[in-house]
Amino acid sequence: MKRALFVLFSIGSCASAQVTFDRILNAAKEPQNWLTYSGAFGSQRHSSLAQITPANVKNLELQWIYQTRSLEKFEATPLVVDGVMYTVQPPNDVMALDATTGRVFWIYTYNPSPESRPCCGRVNRGLAILGDTLFMGTIDAHLIAIDAKTGRPIWNREVAKAASGYALTHAPLIVKDKVIVGTAGGEFGIRGFIAAYDANTGKEVWRFHNIPEPGEPGHETWKNDGWMHGGGSVWVTGSYDQDSNLTYWGIGNPGPDWNGDPRPGDNLYTDSVVALDADTGKLKWFYQFSPHDEFDYDSVQVPVLADMQWKGQRRKVMLWANRNGLFYVLDRTTGEFLQGKPFVEVNWMNGFDEKGRPMRVPGKVPSREGTLISPGNQGGTNWYSPSYSARTGLFYIPTWGDYTSIYTKNDAEYEEGKNYGGGRPRATVTLARAPLNLRKDGEGFGAIRAMDPKTGERKWEFKMADVTDAGILTTDSDLLFSGGREGFFYALDARNGNLLWKTTLGGPVQSGPITYSVNGRQYVSVNAGSSLFVFALRQ
Amino acid sequence: MRVSSVFIFILAGGVTVAQHAYTAGDIEDGALLYRNTCVACHGPDGNLVAGVDLAHGKFKRAANDDQAVAIIRNGIPGTLMPPATITEFQAGTIVAYLHSIGTAGAASSALTGDATRGKAIFEGKGGCMSCHRIRGQGTRLGPDLSDIGAYRRAPEIERSILDPDAEVLPQNRSVRLVAKDGTIITGRLMNEDTFNVMILDSKERLMAFSKPDLREFTFLDKSPMPSFKDKLSAQELADVVVYLSSLKGVEVK
Repeated sequence: MKRALFVLFSIGSCASAQVTFDRILNAAKEPQNWLTYSGAFGSQRHSSLAQITPANVKNLELQWIYQTRSLEKFEATPLVVDGVMYTVQPPNDVMALDATTGRVFWIYTYNPSPESRPCCGRVNRGLAILGDTLFMGTIDAHLIAIDAKTGRPIWNREVAKAASGYALTHAPLIVKDKVIVGTAGGEFGIRGFIAAYDANTGKEVWRFHNIPEPGEPGHETWKNDGWMHGGGSVWVTGSYDQDSNLTYWGIGNPGPDWNGDPRPGDNLYTDSVVALDADTGKLKWFYQFSPHDEFDYDSVQVPVLADMQWKGQRRKVMLWANRNGLFYVLDRTTGEFLQGKPFVEVNWMNGFDEKGRPMRVPGKVPSREGTLISPGNQGGTNWYSPSYSARTGLFYIPTWGDYTSIYTKNDAEYEEGKNYGGGRPRATVTLARAPLNLRKDGEGFGAIRAMDPKTGERKWEFKMADVTDAGILTTDSDLLFSGGREGFFYALDARNGNLLWKTTLGGPVQSGPITYSVNGRQYVSVNAGSSLFVFALRQ
Repeated sequence: MRVSSVFIFILAGGVTVAQHAYTAGDIEDGALLYRNTCVACHGPDGNLVAGVDLAHGKFKRAANDDQAVAIIRNGIPGTLMPPATITEFQAGTIVAYLHSIGTAGAASSALTGDATRGKAIFEGKGGCMSCHRIRGQGTRLGPDLSDIGAYRRAPEIERSILDPDAEVLPQNRSVRLVAKDGTIITGRLMNEDTFNVMILDSKERLMAFSKPDLREFTFLDKSPMPSFKDKLSAQELADVVVYLSSLKGVEVK
């Protein structure tokens, strides 16, 4: 029998079992792997790996680089499963790499439809895995299942119409046997939704309307048919809480972005976090951070789940640094507002009512002549992954400080597939990375800010000259890894913010670092420019 | 097999296109170019585009081989037919290849096959799923056949079933590794560079090896697949060929 050739022995320590849902639930028990976008369902982007320490981090050494074929922003967070790294080079090429050498096992190339029109780059933020199958959302709004061993597609589902401005840019979330995604396209007058698909077949199981239609609760917060093109996009991965079986998702800005006249009302569920039953998609609770937003304050942040002592009792909370400049603590079982404090300068609100609704400052709205608002259009933070360390008890936020925009309001007419903005924010800090930085104090800077969730107070700050689009990773050795637009990648002491190590990678860091280990050796990986860099301690 | 022998005869005999004589080797090159460049739109038999049957001289715009060569190189503006950056001679090999398949005709066995029966044989008696994979079912030791019908003509599929060693594509090569401690590992080659060998091993694990850690690294010349020449009846063979020809890849739903 020729097949006998395939009856063989195994060597090496490569235990390659399927990634069951149980493994994802217990991701903390296998810190050598990175099984979801944020590392685990609680989305703390924290690892218990501790081989690299504040004492030896200075011995980090570059192990390998993978240069993509794309000049697009490289925003993907890789997955690492038993020595194999999976990531996405823009726009939608999936790659399997040896996690110790960066050599390629396979590449799956997907050519998105020319009709795709993501607002802000042909980007992808990563993958999900279940069993032996990877899941990718594409910029032409398809969800594709791919064999993790060979890179062959298994099924391909059109989630929404690319020509209408819909796109999928975030890493899907696996809950049980379902793949959950939400639609981007908030600048195109889409009507966003979150939907779950059967992981085996790609069949849609449930759909939650981010903008409620007539008859659905919340529809009354939209007047003048504004709901039909109300935006409410999703473009960062949500979280999951096993105890309550709730999945949490942050929802983007209402449309048109900067002119609220066509949509009087609070515009639910834009700029909100929604807690959905993971089996049915039914809304359990929501909290709206920015009612009737006109500043493009997407609540598209990673919901970070933590259990902590709160005013004398143990509570299951959600930590959320919002683009609107406020750092929130919510009860994640009930949605109760526990605390909200500014983490940057905020001038559009000046407090909360007893239910946690922000009180607006009169006159601080976009105008024909322009109105100065803090924080500016890109927010006090944005989609960049924060991190929470239960060891330090601190919540770490990639921050834009002293950052403002002048919001000008224009008329907005909806036309399918066209930009539906209704205004123009202007800021000193440019959207893309500038080659040179000539800003002076008060014109915007980047920082890592370490916040105490119990008080909302800042414990320390690590300041950068230019702003940052980088996520944050913390570890059990109290290290914090991050970077910024200047192209530095660095390690701080998570307890006090002291700089312990830095290197320059020659391109902006526009994703969150991760850590993993293979054969007992800890690695740290980060994207910068259009390349992926991997470090480990010198041997 | 009658069909296979006709096919080989044509390859051996060569074809003349536009004053050039193309050898059997040229035609093989043309086949490769066709598969890499043309097959996604025109299909393995050259008849997927409505009103066009490349293997039987049915074109919308080309009146002769010279014009076909020009269209391959320049494309047709305003249509989905793009220009191909290849030489005139290379384009000629594609046309010569198309002549050769047109003359060879279809597989005799495919004419009477039944895809449903073929699927049952593939998954049952044939035992094909123990090595092959189709739309997420089966194993990964051999090639995934989910879209084999989009890239391979029925006579080619038939030949692979009867004579698996005749052609093993680079992406389907198997290798045998011997570690320094004598452990033998075989699997499908995924990638190789100066210092590393990457395989999908017999337990379907992606594994990477550093070459200095290996005592031996050899390509397996033969396909691990057995011939089904004496294992399937002519009817069963026809059924399996029709089934495999019907597999066109992942559908967008």
